[in-house]
Amino acid sequence: MGVSVAEEWLHSCSGCEIAILNIGEPLIEILGLIDFVHIPVLMDHKYYGQLGDGKELEIPEAVVGIVSGGVANEEHLEVLEVMRKQCKVLIALGTCATHGGIPALVNSWGLKEGIKCSYSTPTTDPCEIPTKVVPKPFDRVYALDEKVEIDMFIPGCPPNSQLIAEVITALVEGKDPVLPRKAVCSTCPTRREGKGGVKQVRRFRFLQNAQFDHEKPIDDMRCLLEQGLTCMGLVTAAGCAKQGAPSCIIARVPCSGCFGPVRKDGNQMLDMMKILARNGIDDKSVVDRCSLLRFSGAHGLLSPVASRVAMEE
Amino acid sequence: MTKVINIQPVTRIEGHARIAIHLDDDGNVNDAFLHIMSLRGFEKFIEGRPAEEVPRIVSQICGICPWMHHLSSTKAVDGCFGVTPAPTGDKLRELCQTMAHINDKILHFFFLAAPDFVLGPDSDFSVRNVIGLVKKAPELATKVVKMRQLGQMMLERFAGKAIHPIAGVVGGFSKPMTEEERKGLLQDTRTLLDFALFAMDFAKTKVFPEYEATMATLGAITTGFLGTVDNSGALNLYDGHLRLMKANGSITDFPVNEYDQYLAEHVEDWTYGKLAYAKCWGEGFSMDLNAPKGIYRANTLARINVADRISTPQAHGELEEFREKFGRPAQGTLLYHWARLIELVYACERTVELLLQDDITDTFVRAKVEPKAGRGIGAVEAPRGTLINDYTTDANGLIVKANMIIGTTHNVAPMNMSVKQAATTLIKNGVYDEGLLNKVEMAVRAYDP
Repeated sequence: MGVSVAEEWLHSCSGCEIAILNIGEPLIEILGLIDFVHIPVLMDHKYYGQLGDGKELEIPEAVVGIVSGGVANEEHLEVLEVMRKQCKVLIALGTCATHGGIPALVNSWGLKEGIKCSYSTPTTDPCEIPTKVVPKPFDRVYALDEKVEIDMFIPGCPPNSQLIAEVITALVEGKDPVLPRKAVCSTCPTRREGKGGVKQVRRFRFLQNAQFDHEKPIDDMRCLLEQGLTCMGLVTAAGCAKQGAPSCIIARVPCSGCFGPVRKDGNQMLDMMKILARNGIDDKSVVDRCSLLRFSGAHGLLSPVASRVAMEE
Repeated sequence: MTKVINIQPVTRIEGHARIAIHLDDDGNVNDAFLHIMSLRGFEKFIEGRPAEEVPRIVSQICGICPWMHHLSSTKAVDGCFGVTPAPTGDKLRELCQTMAHINDKILHFFFLAAPDFVLGPDSDFSVRNVIGLVKKAPELATKVVKMRQLGQMMLERFAGKAIHPIAGVVGGFSKPMTEEERKGLLQDTRTLLDFALFAMDFAKTKVFPEYEATMATLGAITTGFLGTVDNSGALNLYDGHLRLMKANGSITDFPVNEYDQYLAEHVEDWTYGKLAYAKCWGEGFSMDLNAPKGIYRANTLARINVADRISTPQAHGELEEFREKFGRPAQGTLLYHWARLIELVYACERTVELLLQDDITDTFVRAKVEPKAGRGIGAVEAPRGTLINDYTTDANGLIVKANMIIGTTHNVAPMNMSVKQAATTLIKNGVYDEGLLNKVEMAVRAYDP
């Protein structure tokens, strides 16, 4: 018998589960060391019994529990609470689980407004919002630790497959897994020349490509922030670099912060604005500041009130 | 008193769904539903965002087919800003999207669907999965894991991220391809093409024959179909116009930017999933199994049905064989799997084709872009069906409003019908077991929702 593992997904996209599969061949070895007892993407274990006649939502006990996605409705919370109860070590996998992720962008309006908007698009027939059988939505999207105690956080959108493999292997061997603590920039080989003459960041992402010689390796390219692009590497947790550089930098694209804040409880928007100000960059050149919190809007950081304030500023 | 069989969660699919089968006093099926349990509200929260950022926000709608969300969105932003993408940039987008289709098809057929066929629909749930497959057929499973990984790593190597991509940009692509990258990808794609042909043959000789009766009957319904074809009527996953086919085979072609004249979305109060239908048929919406109204299907079988031909030789040969056997349009729900493998062959052949084009390594990959007010509508074929993004921007290039019809939406009504058909024919006088309930799920799984 291997170590038992249960996996669940909540307000999520399944990218974290694909990241688990992207462990690749080593996954076959890992499957020899663990026993999945529940994982809806791969396995047919049912909440209400295999014949669908149970009354209570059941998930088997497991040593390791992995949950992706945030919490946005009653069903998510019920599943999360059962996972907490049944699993010895509970891991929040992916930035939705650790910080709300992209779906928490809706927190600037509240989930109800988001749902209302989906049912009032021009191609949608006039209708009432569904309420029968479907779970009741919460006011906003929550990170997992806002609802239950979480033992370990593995952010990333998607999380790093190798790191997932290392964590599972460490837990199987009874060791403490090592998680990255530095910022993305510490894993970035681009060339830094110090403060330049940049006074304005170019349009939030970039309307023209970065400057680089595509025949030359990444370390020949100048730092994208120094090129005037809003690259969020300084305020974002490391962990994405698999091929000798952060994954967006491989595509010659600035970091958008998908591993969440590097400082525990950090605020990627405020931290980024501070850095820009310190470098003499006009903060008005940042179009749509809320976008800096696009991966970490849970924990009350994005809310209808906070968003109004940011816009008025 | 009536009883409800609650299959929850529906497993080995991409999203959150529940099947509820309502039995009458005699234990026969009164009604059956596929409830979609989650909604995130993307249309709302891209409002106010700079449009050029949106392609790497909406990719998070689906972690299995993020490239399709990413690129449908990129095309819509091209439209808002009135820019024609650099020709090579556009080809690099198609290349990545087609490579992503390869991985998706391997994932769905072998990891999600195959356990039902290889281990059998009645095998115990604890082994009826890819882990059971590793134990029962280790050689096959190892090969499948290797091939899928090869496909994912090709995308990561060239475009930085395979999941939640960032390399598609308004105006084109974020970087050119080097000759070395081209050679490497070409070699790997040829390996994948060999595997695709192996998979097609494996399924046709070792999998499908045993399930011939099930494939014709399980979840079988009669509907129309929607897909994308190019100007010559050939299958295209990245670009072209839309084609709606009625169950009788008659065809309506229309440009992507007129989608709202032809398609609409109905809402039921028991599912978050909207139910798309063909408004242009003028018959309204009904999921009555005997007399459906407005119902069409999307995804692999639909694309194979609406296309007159396939532009690549091996896949076209497979299409002819398929048509010979099942006619056009083919209606069997489990034939989605067969069609999926034909598309796998096409995706590999098309990737090779693109990599062999001289200008694929051209360094002009991104056209000049100015943010402005406009409206843009983009569409691509996602694994789960036609994926449409429709954005309006203000003078500063920020999103004012958005409409999205994602692939699975087209199949929400058909999936409900297939569930009802499967449950009604399988469950009689209160007699059912685990294997039989799994067969009802197989009718959903075929659609790869």
